[in-house]
Amino acid sequence: MNIIVCIKQVPDTTEIKIDPVTNTLIRAGVPSIVNPFDAYALEVATRLKDKEGGNVVVLTMGPPQAEKALRECLSVGADKAYLATDRAFGGSDTLATSYILSQVIKYIEKTEGKFDAVFCGKQAIDGDTAQVGPEIAEHLDCAQVTYAVDAEWKENELIVKKETDTGYDVLAVSTPCVITVTKTSFEPRYASVKSRINAAKATIGTITAENIELDVSRAGLKGSPTKVKKTFTPKVKKEGLIIHESSSEKAVKKLIDALVGVSEN
Amino acid sequence: MRWLAFLKTKGATIDMEVKTKDLWVFIETTKDGNARNVGLELLEPGRLLADAQGGKLVGVVIGGGVKSAVKSAIAHGADKVIVTDHKDYSHYITEYYAEILYKLIKKHGPTTILIGATNIGRDLAPRVACRLKTGLTADCTDINIDAESGNIAWTRPAFGGNLMATILCPEHRPQMGTVRPGVFKKGEADFSRTAEVIKENIPVKKDILRTRLLKEINETANELRNIENAEIIVSGGRGLGQGENFSYIQNLADALGGSVGASRAAVDAGWIPHSHQVGQTGKIVGPKIYIACGISGAIQHRVGMSSSDIIIAINKDSSAPIFDIADYGIVGDLFEILPILTKEIKKLREGEAS
Repeated sequence: MNIIVCIKQVPDTTEIKIDPVTNTLIRAGVPSIVNPFDAYALEVATRLKDKEGGNVVVLTMGPPQAEKALRECLSVGADKAYLATDRAFGGSDTLATSYILSQVIKYIEKTEGKFDAVFCGKQAIDGDTAQVGPEIAEHLDCAQVTYAVDAEWKENELIVKKETDTGYDVLAVSTPCVITVTKTSFEPRYASVKSRINAAKATIGTITAENIELDVSRAGLKGSPTKVKKTFTPKVKKEGLIIHESSSEKAVKKLIDALVGVSEN
Repeated sequence: MRWLAFLKTKGATIDMEVKTKDLWVFIETTKDGNARNVGLELLEPGRLLADAQGGKLVGVVIGGGVKSAVKSAIAHGADKVIVTDHKDYSHYITEYYAEILYKLIKKHGPTTILIGATNIGRDLAPRVACRLKTGLTADCTDINIDAESGNIAWTRPAFGGNLMATILCPEHRPQMGTVRPGVFKKGEADFSRTAEVIKENIPVKKDILRTRLLKEINETANELRNIENAEIIVSGGRGLGQGENFSYIQNLADALGGSVGASRAAVDAGWIPHSHQVGQTGKIVGPKIYIACGISGAIQHRVGMSSSDIIIAINKDSSAPIFDIADYGIVGDLFEILPILTKEIKKLREGEAS
């Protein structure tokens, strides 16, 4: 199978703290990681390759330093990596991002051949929109399956298990298709010393706006229908009734009295 | 960074013909043709926004055998319901639903569309928004009208809930957003209400289908699982120490007739499946009562449950951030507190029953 996995380098949002004085995000020292859902997507793609043979290409759109994330992917299963980077891509919302990525994928296909599937993480943990995957599918005019937890190749179709609100669906999908992956029951593989060394030495293909067919009016801030009006840090802190009691019995009694009081009012 | 690079664009024109000032709410249905809560919830803010925009509040129902969902939408305040009802559409398939919703939008031209941010909503909305080449704001926790421009102001968390962003879609119509379940509360149903029902028979050719449903694994029978619609959730976290101790959580949940949730730490430790996870990378819930046990309350967890009506926290660490958003809290040992609380709840419920 010939698979391309779209990944994103994100700040580790579990490490982000709010400055209590200025009430702004503290970004300094926050490590950049491969978006965890993308790591699952790469693992599912790599398992398919291990079983069926083929090629796994990783792609990211971002600043030059996103190359580090691509090398991480190369150390855990990806065969080739491409970085789409250009000022013209900056400031894109999901519609513009997915448009650019779909054009980049078409460009990469000239070298790597047609892809059977595009894999993405369900969502990136910085933006959390879960929109880019389905929008790439729409731009490429192909089938999509979101919230996938596993995929196997069978008689020229992908058999995908997806999480639904009530359980799971098992779907047969014809290729080419876009699959977005949520947390799987297995963890992504670890890099070996050797795979790390190879990844460090690998050549990463760079793609700019000039390389691809791009309608610039559909890219970047200008090509983004959504505009961020303002950002702010959420207010928390309720004045709740917090019970400290020497005995658990007393504490529970106090809680129940308070709750019953509420329901009777 | 897009968040920082916002530049205001002026004097642009709206690129789609807006036929009406109507606001649509996508009424997601269950397989048996009932409305899921989230669509009915969205009729509440929908009412205010539709009035402010000077249009009608329209419920849009797609499914197979969905009379009950249409009735519910009317009972919960829709001025009008557009329904596409066919047995082929009883199970959600992206290609069918996207094509139908797209055609309905092109035909009727609403100005705003609200969709629940469920697995289905988050699969459908981007596909349709992209086909329409319009903007979509995901997972909103608040919706208002921007006083300056009259556009919808969509507010949503980002960076794991550390930051909130308010987003506009000034030059494209319809303006679309998905909204998290439980953020808005369903109003009282009034089944004496009447409203116009427009039946739209949208045939979709089967040959557009590139996916086939092979099997459906339904896990709603498993009470443990479905936390998104639960009215009471008891959640456990790292403080439980080991997986077996989820029995403390389960016992209290059983006594209350509630469901079991978990923090990411408990899921990552392998104590409970991911389908129970509440938070940024799990489920977003808004039950009537949420009881967090041994959960410190990292922001990624809080964004998943902060819209619960009543939050009760039990934690031995009095400085745990969960207490900042708790309506009630007990600082203490959950292994002592939970059995006592479970016993007391059982007593109360027996008292109610007798």
